Amino acid sequence: MDRRRFILDSSTAVAAGALIPNWLRAAETELPAGTVASSIMNALPGKRPLIKRSFRPPNYETPVALLREPFTPNDAFYVRWHMGVPDIAIADWRLRVGGPAAKSPREFTLAELRKFETHEIAAVNQCSGNRRGLFTPHVPGVQWGYGAMGNAVWSGVRLKHVLEAAGLAAHALEVRADGADVPTLRGPDFVKSLPMWKALDPDTLIAFEMNGEPLSRWHGFPARLVVPGWTATYWVKSLTELCVLDRPFDGFWMKTAYRVPKNLFGPSHFESQDSEQNSPITDIRVNSLLIEPAPGATLSIAGATEVHGLAWDGGSGIRSVEVSLDGGKAWREATLVRDLGRYAWTPWRFDLVPPQPGTIAVMVRAIARDGSTQADALIPNPAGYHHNVVQKVEYRVA
Amino acid sequence: MWRDGGLRSFILGVMLALPVPAMAEDETGIVLAEGSGRDQVQASCSMCHSLDYIVMNSPFQDKAAWEKTVNKMVAVFGAPLTPEESAAIAAYLDRHYGK
Repeated sequence: MDRRRFILDSSTAVAAGALIPNWLRAAETELPAGTVASSIMNALPGKRPLIKRSFRPPNYETPVALLREPFTPNDAFYVRWHMGVPDIAIADWRLRVGGPAAKSPREFTLAELRKFETHEIAAVNQCSGNRRGLFTPHVPGVQWGYGAMGNAVWSGVRLKHVLEAAGLAAHALEVRADGADVPTLRGPDFVKSLPMWKALDPDTLIAFEMNGEPLSRWHGFPARLVVPGWTATYWVKSLTELCVLDRPFDGFWMKTAYRVPKNLFGPSHFESQDSEQNSPITDIRVNSLLIEPAPGATLSIAGATEVHGLAWDGGSGIRSVEVSLDGGKAWREATLVRDLGRYAWTPWRFDLVPPQPGTIAVMVRAIARDGSTQADALIPNPAGYHHNVVQKVEYRVA
Repeated sequence: MWRDGGLRSFILGVMLALPVPAMAEDETGIVLAEGSGRDQVQASCSMCHSLDYIVMNSPFQDKAAWEKTVNKMVAVFGAPLTPEESAAIAAYLDRHYGK
């Protein structure tokens, strides 16, 4: 492959800030060489430059340094699509709610939907494949680094209220959700389903806004599902149809894709989609991310360096974050800076006093309120999901 | 008033601040390795996705893995390929983007 073509060519790329800066490259070294070669900084309309993993469909990752804020700015939020991004005219948009287990099918305009009681929730939205690019051995798919995630305040109406307006039958089993995106050829449309208990959870939303602004096209205008605690594959964007089912949905994106070996990561809590061999990916695993200083930075021997990062899980909340400077023998507690809600991430900080000049490796692990903690070694699985291995970040000390 | 080199930096800064002409970096700039089968790969794969997917997923797939990927594109996503075309595509991917 011609590496120069991807990274260095074209004055336009330079003018648009397309070069991957050095501080970012340090975090990219574990990714496949082809990923590093084909990734550039590139801005989608209305967004700031992000790490372009693929142009079409657009898959753009947030650089780690932009995850420093409690809530990820909308124009810095990662972008992930399986198919073409729909361009929706609001006058034509409707949400259809029906199906074999809905007694009174309904159709809503956006104005009608907005009449349900408003609810908002702070929640991490994390791609199932976040950190897939760090798998060893590598597995095919979008080769994400650390930034296929963000934290936002999502505002809309409860999915439960909308479903109840369509008359839920006693035998309702799953809710199928479809968005306006369609396959290019005859491939399977991107359609997902939720078990009733999760669909009826008071924190599961049909959201219209993120961080106080209407959803942009990149994030699912005019309405998307928000499924706090579950990976983003369920957060169907540009929602057009909800179908209440009395049997398990058998679409490709449920039965074949987004699966993990059964019980490898605990129960799925989505029994109607479990098979003998595997389960749908569901809950986000407890995880943490060190943000500052950037990996490879030089720390001063003269005093303390403030280390900043994030910790999150699937909704039990973060109990503590621990830091080790000696390869995992001794662990000391970091300070949790702010509680943004149990589905949001928790910023943490730690005053690092390097013991001697040379190099130092900082390890960080989060412990959730449900007692779960991060993996010490990668848990291999075919699709490259749930990478929550304890990070080890190296610095120079001088 | 500028030290030597300052003027150059200033001019460069002005140039960089100018609006970018309508040739923004996009998928048309992606060039795959030259070789037998490249035309077929470019025409077929780009029907549904940009070609950076190929480079991004390299160089860690062996021939069997690339064949599996191509077969998935045909069987699941409906890529209209004859078995011969699929074989030529997998061979190209293995030769230029294989492990």
